[in-house]
Amino acid sequence: MEVLHRSAFRMPPAHLAPVPPVRLRAWFGLVLIALIVLPAAFADAAATTAGRAGIFATLARWTPLLLRGFGFNILISFVAMTIGTALGAFLGIGLISLSRPIRQVSWTLTQFFRNAPWLVLLFFAMFMLPFQLRIGGLLIPLPDWMKAVIGLSLPVMANVGEIVRGAVLSIPSGQWEAAESLAFSRHQQIWTIILPQCVKRMLPPWMNLYAILTMSTVLASIVGVNEVMTLAGQVEAAEGGRTDLLAPLYGWILLWFFLYSYPIARLTLWLERRYHVEI
Amino acid sequence: MNAVAAWFRQLYQTTGINLPIIYDPFDRARFLRGLDMTIELSVITILASIVIGIVGAWLQGSRLVWTRRIMQGYIQVFRNTPPLVQLYFFYFGLSALLPLRKTSYGTTAPLIGGFAWVCISLSFFAGAFNVEIFRSGIEAVPRSTREAAEALGYSRLKAYIHVILPLAFRVCLPALNNNLVNLIKTTTLAYAVAVPELLYVSAQIWSDDTNVPEMMVVLLIIYVGLVGLLVYIMHKVEHALRMPGYSRV
Amino acid sequence: MKIADVHKSFGHLEVLKGVSLELMKGDVICIIGPSGSGKSTLIRCINALTPFQRGSIKVMGIEVNDQHLDKRALRRRVGMVFQQYNLFPHRTALQNVMMAPIQVLHQPRKEVEARARALMKKVRLEGKENSYPGEMSGGQQQRVAIARSLAMNPEVMLFDEVTAALDPETVKEVLVTIKQLADEGMTCILVTHEMRFARDVADRIYFTDRGVIVEHGPPEEFFTSPKDARTRTFLGQLS
Repeated sequence: MEVLHRSAFRMPPAHLAPVPPVRLRAWFGLVLIALIVLPAAFADAAATTAGRAGIFATLARWTPLLLRGFGFNILISFVAMTIGTALGAFLGIGLISLSRPIRQVSWTLTQFFRNAPWLVLLFFAMFMLPFQLRIGGLLIPLPDWMKAVIGLSLPVMANVGEIVRGAVLSIPSGQWEAAESLAFSRHQQIWTIILPQCVKRMLPPWMNLYAILTMSTVLASIVGVNEVMTLAGQVEAAEGGRTDLLAPLYGWILLWFFLYSYPIARLTLWLERRYHVEI
Repeated sequence: MNAVAAWFRQLYQTTGINLPIIYDPFDRARFLRGLDMTIELSVITILASIVIGIVGAWLQGSRLVWTRRIMQGYIQVFRNTPPLVQLYFFYFGLSALLPLRKTSYGTTAPLIGGFAWVCISLSFFAGAFNVEIFRSGIEAVPRSTREAAEALGYSRLKAYIHVILPLAFRVCLPALNNNLVNLIKTTTLAYAVAVPELLYVSAQIWSDDTNVPEMMVVLLIIYVGLVGLLVYIMHKVEHALRMPGYSRV
Repeated sequence: MKIADVHKSFGHLEVLKGVSLELMKGDVICIIGPSGSGKSTLIRCINALTPFQRGSIKVMGIEVNDQHLDKRALRRRVGMVFQQYNLFPHRTALQNVMMAPIQVLHQPRKEVEARARALMKKVRLEGKENSYPGEMSGGQQQRVAIARSLAMNPEVMLFDEVTAALDPETVKEVLVTIKQLADEGMTCILVTHEMRFARDVADRIYFTDRGVIVEHGPPEEFFTSPKDARTRTFLGQLS
């Protein structure tokens, strides 16, 4: 569908002017945090009684442990992204295959893993994968987190497949024709001519996918993997089940995810602008 | 119905494929309730997030700088944090800070139940994405169209409702479609706060009847089916709203 | 090369309605005609980029419509240059020229590089070997495209409206290159709008209109006394 182009804009009458998009400066965030934190700190200090430590002190005490949990989430996201991308690249090539059966199998796989909820796929992996693999004579244990990684890499694979397919389809047909005219084989065409040109345009959606994946790693807590959310639950229990600790605790974790994801989102936007594709 | 149930019981005896959701009335009832719950959650969050998206896109066009900044802040926070943690924050965190209410049998209960919190949390989550989508749709409406509306005497609000929104909606439909499909999948998060939607009751069923593989397959098929249904509906909507001669395709 | 009664349809639209022509080694022919007359489609049928429904095209004994045709073998002997140049943007000019002989013909690198440099010199682009297509003008890119096809040592060269996307000044540089090729004895089929060039370089001119070859002949005859009314109208529109 043709998108009416922004170049249709000239200087508009003031009250109908499209408002310039807001660039959030870092100091806005600091102001926001200060606005929330300072009064909360005062209220907290006022409410602190002997034997019941203040919320900030508690958070600070447990932060190192929680950070290790958060690090584990990041690790899960890296491994799942790597596996998913590798599998997805081949799936993407299957989607553009000249052979109809391969295309259909690839399409079915893609639709299946894209339309299934990530949590259901996680359960799927947790229950269906054995707790150890026997390959040759080796007995490889599959801990819970490894199963979660596999479960998460399935939707990543499907999405990467779609990204690859989209990027390949956006390469002008003239490139394919030139490559064919020079008698390159299909394999050579894909790997030496088309795919290298695709990498740049695949980067923004791929990074977007990584951000989504990172946020989805917390789903692993539901299936019993020991990551930051499970630790948060344990912290709350260790503190005697204080319900007023929960909002700040989860807020604190929200902040970490935000600080990790927001720069990635900005970088993705910048890359998208830089590698803007003229079709 | 009894014939179908009998056939599936037979299937269990012969092949070991156990689908009590079909032949066992209790399991069947709770499975259908779970499915119903998922559909309810999906419909409510879809509608609410669309409303939030429209209102948000309107607010983002405000001339007041701080309105725009607050909207941007809301969008960036909800887009860059995990929806599960958002849900926990609302359900466990905020809920604990709210007053309790008395139930009809004398105990106390949280003011807002799990179902409501899921709807609120997911609507705001999806709403944040929708604001961006609607915003880009609105910006795609050419200036000349806005000027024409002004020349005809429309106020800013009326122009927004009658002229700009309909056009913007058609432009952003594909992106919106994608987001709504994701919303159906995100309803599974309700599992984490014990809302008896489809995944939750399926987990209960497979722990009762130890038929995990069968339930898994059924679950996957149903979700793929639900998503397919929504895609089909959206396709019809796109077709009904199309502007002849507009697209170059 | 022998093209006999070729029919090609895209769905319900019949684009080629029985086209026949013959070509000997060393011949240079130009195909001209209004847009939509099927000239580009015909050229694409010759090197099997586009399949056709009926008829036969025999190139140096290879039947193009053969089910079991080894397309790559055909394309090693038939080179093609496109209107949109279609250089590979992620490689330098020299790499573009060298890629196919190395990866497809498996020729040794040193030999290919020497030949590539000689070809770049021949198309008068010495010094531009390490530039990327994005850094070059349209005319330069088109000449690299010609060099790229020549690197495969084809026996026939097909040119599909290669100057149509260029501005008038750069058109000349490309035409000079093609004339040089023709004078050296390369068998060429050109689809072109450049009438003066066609007159100058072609051994025979073919005029197509609505999927058939209306008239053909040596340039002097063709341009001074066209036999068919449609040819006359077309040539009249041009002057």
